[in-house]
Amino acid sequence: MQYAILCYHDEKVTCAWSQEQDDAVMAKLGVVQERLARQGKLGPVARLLPTTAATTLRKDREPALVIDGPFAETKEQLLGFYVLDAASLDEVLEIARELGQANPGGAYEIRPIGLFYPGKIAT
Amino acid sequence: MTDTVWISSVLTAARPQAIAALLRYFRDLDTAEEAFQEACLRALKAWPKNGPPRDVAAWLIMVGRNAALDSKRRQVRERPLPAEELISDLSDAEAALADEIDKTDYRDDILRLLFVCCHPELPATQQVALALRIVSGLSVKQIARAFLVSEAAMEQRITRAKSRIGQANIPFEAPGAVERAERVAAVIAMIYLVFNEGYTSESGEQGARGALCVEAIRLSRLLLGLYPTEPEVMGLTALLLFQNARAAGRFDADGTVVLLEDQNRALWDRRQIAEGLALIDKAVRHRRPGPHQVQAAIAAIHARAARAKDTDWAQIDLLYGTLERMQPSPVITLNRAVAVAKVRGPADALAMIEPLASKLNGYFYFHGTRGALLLQLGRAPEARVAFDRAIALANTPAEAAHIRMHLDKIGGHASAGSSA
Repeated sequence: MQYAILCYHDEKVTCAWSQEQDDAVMAKLGVVQERLARQGKLGPVARLLPTTAATTLRKDREPALVIDGPFAETKEQLLGFYVLDAASLDEVLEIARELGQANPGGAYEIRPIGLFYPGKIAT
Repeated sequence: MTDTVWISSVLTAARPQAIAALLRYFRDLDTAEEAFQEACLRALKAWPKNGPPRDVAAWLIMVGRNAALDSKRRQVRERPLPAEELISDLSDAEAALADEIDKTDYRDDILRLLFVCCHPELPATQQVALALRIVSGLSVKQIARAFLVSEAAMEQRITRAKSRIGQANIPFEAPGAVERAERVAAVIAMIYLVFNEGYTSESGEQGARGALCVEAIRLSRLLLGLYPTEPEVMGLTALLLFQNARAAGRFDADGTVVLLEDQNRALWDRRQIAEGLALIDKAVRHRRPGPHQVQAAIAAIHARAARAKDTDWAQIDLLYGTLERMQPSPVITLNRAVAVAKVRGPADALAMIEPLASKLNGYFYFHGTRGALLLQLGRAPEARVAFDRAIALANTPAEAAHIRMHLDKIGGHASAGSSA
């Protein structure tokens, strides 16, 4: 089964990290990710830029409305996500705990994926 | 990450909002700061045991406010608040306070705090020092190191700034629309000053001063969070991100300045550039251009060019033309001349800057640029005179060294260095 791990954290806090702290977190996450990748369990991973860079399209009206900023004003923001392949919720939780040790604070929302199209973009 | 490291970044993140609310409550910068300090001390004691509160800023405001009131009461020999009451009430009161904070326009609080730091009565250096101390929470020692002055001198500078603020009678009522717009503009200028204080530096000082650039970006994002639809704040944030993205390429191994054209673009920070591009894209949609957006757009053109020779100089020329109309200044014309030299040749560029001589005679970049243009036109003797003048006006040894490279290229019996 494919799962998404949606990473929430207070971006005011992550933006207050020093470069060294940020690098340290990314390095620790990298270790976990590398192992998952070797096991063939890791799909796309993304770290999102701050919500100040976000734009929201409200498409519940005609014409759709373009709004600066994230969709929801929340205390913790969606800052990134992983796509994983795992046998069970227990396994994803275990992976999430491991990632959480590398990057404490905030929350991970685990969401089973209904449709996954890996796509292809030139990098 | 250890508990204390985690707590310290949480406290840093909550600082502007907490201090801003405490400032509104006590109407005194020192009291607000002390109250926040006390709240932080209590957080360091309580959080490792009890875990962090649901709303960190509300907790700090509440605890800070109580602590300061408590100490005030003690000072007037009134019955102090029982400590237990203070702690046990907290979980209930916290939710109510969080709601209250959401309801009051906390944006105005933070804007006021930022504005206090850039009050027109304060000279630029005091504005920057005060913002770094009060809003960012850098220690006096850190700020002193960044400014290359002694700790005592910085302490004095900050104290002086605070007492001026105290006398300035800044209104604590919610600002009107015009006043709010003026405050935003003043804060934008102050944040840019903070950035420049870190940016105009020598390679050897990158660590201490580079931190100011990072801090300015954080302040800029804070302001953008408060005013997410304000295109000039997007422009400012983008501009700072583009400039900071180039930090690693600005000096070579010997600490010599590397011009934009010669920088190794692989050293540029792609993430900051991506964020800057996203912001400038967003800003343009508002069709309310302003000087920071235009400057960011110019920086974006450099950031987009994979190689220096791919730079769209014609577009840069146009943008500088726009900037000249928005805020006429000889320095902007001088910058435009660099683009003009690329598009239409050095003769046109030189004709453009010659009339600026009287205004920019004491300006390093004027003579450096003029020398480079003269050199391109094959007028080496005149170029040498211009370069000598530039060296005499250089702000840093790195700038002087850069001009000497030009002089070395002219070769012969260069008088380089004679004026150093």
